[in-house]
Amino acid sequence: MDEGFAAALPANAWNWLAVWRRNYLAWKKVAFASILGNLADPMIYFFGLGSGLGIMVGRVEGTSYSAFLAAGMIAASAMTASTFETIYAAFARMRDRRIWEAILYTQLTLGDIILGELAWAATRAFLAGTAITIIAAMLGYAAWPSVLYTLPVIALTGLTFASLAMVVTALAPSYDYFVFYQTLVITPMLFLSGAVFPINQLPGAFQQVTRFLPLAHSIDLIRPAMLGRPVVDVGVHIGALCIYAVVAFFLSSALLRRRLLR
Amino acid sequence: MSKFAMELTGVKKSYGDKIVVDGLSFTVAPGECFGLLGPNGAGKSTIARMVLGMISPDAGKITVLGEPVPSRARWARMRVGVVPQFDNLDLEFTARENLLVFGRYFGKSARELEAVIPSLLEFARLESKANARVAELSGGMKRRLTLARALINDPQLLVLDEPTTGLDPHARHLIWERLRILLARGKTIILTTHFMEEAERLCDRLCVLEHGRNIAEGSPHALIDKHIGCHVIEIFGGNPRELSSLIRPYVQHIEMSGETLYCYAPDPEQVRVQLRERAGLRLLQRPPNLEDVFLRLTGREMEK
Ligand SMILES: Nc1ncnc2c1ncn2[C@@H]1O[C@H](COP(=O)(O)OP(=O)(O)OP(=O)(O)O)[C@@H](O)[C@H]1O
Ligand SMILES: [Mg+2]
Repeated sequence: MDEGFAAALPANAWNWLAVWRRNYLAWKKVAFASILGNLADPMIYFFGLGSGLGIMVGRVEGTSYSAFLAAGMIAASAMTASTFETIYAAFARMRDRRIWEAILYTQLTLGDIILGELAWAATRAFLAGTAITIIAAMLGYAAWPSVLYTLPVIALTGLTFASLAMVVTALAPSYDYFVFYQTLVITPMLFLSGAVFPINQLPGAFQQVTRFLPLAHSIDLIRPAMLGRPVVDVGVHIGALCIYAVVAFFLSSALLRRRLLR
Repeated sequence: MSKFAMELTGVKKSYGDKIVVDGLSFTVAPGECFGLLGPNGAGKSTIARMVLGMISPDAGKITVLGEPVPSRARWARMRVGVVPQFDNLDLEFTARENLLVFGRYFGKSARELEAVIPSLLEFARLESKANARVAELSGGMKRRLTLARALINDPQLLVLDEPTTGLDPHARHLIWERLRILLARGKTIILTTHFMEEAERLCDRLCVLEHGRNIAEGSPHALIDKHIGCHVIEIFGGNPRELSSLIRPYVQHIEMSGETLYCYAPDPEQVRVQLRERAGLRLLQRPPNLEDVFLRLTGREMEK
């Protein structure tokens, strides 16, 4: 039993890169459309909410509403980019297109494949989040040079949400189940994590829940960096994101082993 | 190093209550082509997956190229090539890119791979399709590309799960010819198939499976001699039951399959004499083949 679990863990520190490169090569062929698609959604929110609500809301936490919203949109775009990559694209590679199966004929392990997929999803999240950051900066919503701190946080956010989504991918019998994850987890997370309005607007009980949401930790790191303010509890936020990523990675590995290697 | 390329001892595997592989043992010598023959559901693909370490046996021992499997399956797989029962080429890529991407999984650099890909494409007779997307290839071409992919790591052992099922005769002969070249180069092959002809042409030894049990093992000729050993007369066009009671005394054994009677007749003339008066019967006398062995052993017809 124990020796069997080794097959679900990465074999070494670099094998995953071959899987990442496979996905990169496939993505390169459709990169333009893909980047455009990644940008469109958060941009619509950003301009729609920012300009529309911004007029009514006025200033939030001592800054303009658009400046407040920018950090939320960056974190949210990283979250959705890596989530969608993992629940739809990676699921297709695992199940319908049997790409993982072919990889398992080589010296790679299931763990190498999972790690490669997570790294790839984090890369997609990094691209999406960085693109929004650049646009926000061009519009004057980013403080220099602290904006640079957002970049590693975007990548970590992508990795954490990819890992969480991999658990869903491991469990889902079909695509239909992903809608539950989106509507019951991802969308509420957006509203409970302070992406579009400050957490202190929530009822007290919800504010307690918020402390456990990975997106809230991500936003608590990104927003001060965007606004050029001091970050509090850096270690706690990074630690929380890492714990989610690592625990979900091992959980999804165990679940995928049960699903695929039997 | 063990002297076998592959060794299975008492391997068992069940899914729920269903025993799929039941105490199977066999060995494959280096350079040999070993066939696993059996009807649908006999457990052939399950054995192939166990040999690759993708699933663990419930009991028994598997050694592949000297490595215990599944514990060191990854090291064994470095020197194994696989053609699965169902194609799983990467449809997003061209033929060449498929080989490149797959080679990277073995840790090979792009430069090393660029050096071998042209010869692999040539081996698979796909030189002109190097830049065609996989979706544009015919079934036979996909199969050959899968074979080329299995050779990217220059494996010692090839695991081929029904490499020619679903192909037309021309495409099938082309694959057989390629496989014989690989055998001549000293590769070891383990091959599952429903095609008796394929097994007879390619395999040095084979094992007939039923419900995951090894019911006969040996070289094709030895199996034919042992289980049949005389001429076969196929009779169709009459009432099989009635005919069978008529000629039973003159033959060694009769097998009924659908509308056809298979008579194993040491003295075929005697049977012909018995049937001379009958109109509308068609008789075909021929040497025995593996299919007869299979019918004899399992009493069931296989896909032709
Ligand atoms: N993951 C699984 N879960 C449950 N049952 C399985 C699983 N894999 C295989 N089986 C069962 O094991 C039996 C043997 O399957 P296997 O695919 O090994 O047969 P096969 O000899 O390759 O057949 P075919 O000629 O159709 O390819 C079948 O009855 C199949 O339903
Ligand atoms: Mg099969």
